[in-house]
Amino acid sequence: MVPLEYYLILSGIIFTIGVSGVVISRNIIIVFMSIELMLNAANLALITFARQFADASGHVFVFIVMAVAAAEAAVGLAIIIALFRNKDSINLDDFNVMKW
Amino acid sequence: MEYVIFFASAFVAIVCALLVISQKNPVASVIFLIMAFVAQAILYIQLSALFVAILQIVVYAGAIMVLFLFVIMLLNLRRDDFGPEKHPLQGWLTRIFGVVLVAELIIVIARGVSQSESVDTAASDFGNVEQVATILFTRYVFPFELTSILLIVAIIGAVVLGKRRAEEK
Repeated sequence: MVPLEYYLILSGIIFTIGVSGVVISRNIIIVFMSIELMLNAANLALITFARQFADASGHVFVFIVMAVAAAEAAVGLAIIIALFRNKDSINLDDFNVMKW
Repeated sequence: MEYVIFFASAFVAIVCALLVISQKNPVASVIFLIMAFVAQAILYIQLSALFVAILQIVVYAGAIMVLFLFVIMLLNLRRDDFGPEKHPLQGWLTRIFGVVLVAELIIVIARGVSQSESVDTAASDFGNVEQVATILFTRYVFPFELTSILLIVAIIGAVVLGKRRAEEK
C-alpha cells in the first residue's frame, strides 16, 4: 500500500498550484478554475484521512464540498456573465469599480 | 503495481494542474482540468473511495466542467481577450510569492513526513455506496438538508444575476 503521506504531499502540491493560479492569472475564468483545483486538493486530503482512520465521514465531507463547489460555480459563472455584459472583458484588472 | 498507478496518476494530476494555470485559452484550461480530475478519481479508487470516485467523474468532470465550457462559449471571447496585459509589479511579486510558497511547501513536507505510520485498517467494504449512504442519512442528515437549501439559493442567485434588467432590452 502506498504510504498516506504521499497522497497528502500530492494534495499540498495541487493546492499550491491552485493558490499560484489565483495569484498569477489575470483571466477571471482561470482564477475560478484554480479555486476548483484547491477544493479538489482538500478533497484528496479528506479522502486520505478517511482511509487512514477507516471512517466514512470524510466521504460525506467530500460529498458536501462537491455540492458547495457546484453552487459556487453556478453563482460565480453568473457573476462572470454579468461582469462581461457590463465591462466587455474578462481581465481582472478591469474590474476596479469598488477599489479606492 | 500500486506505486506505478499512484505515481502515474500523481504525475498526470500535477502536470495538468500546472497546464491549467499556464494556458491562455480558457477552453484548453478546462480540458486539462478535466484530465486532472480524472487522475484524482483514479487516486480515490486507490484509496477505496469508490462512491466518491464516481461522483468526481460524473459531477465534477462532467456537470461542473460542462458548465464552465458553456459559459466560455456564451461569453464569445475574441482572440485578443486572452492575452492579459501585465501589471508593472506583477513580475517581481509573483517571483517572491512563488519562492515563499515553494519554501512553505518544502518545510511542511519535511516536517510532516515520517512522523506517522500507515496501517491498512480499512475493511473490504469501506467506501462503497451503502456505507457512505448509511452515514450520510443518519449522522449527517442535517448538513445534507442544509446542502439542498444551499443549492436552491445558488440556483435562484444564478438566475437573478444572469437575468437582464428590463431597461436593457
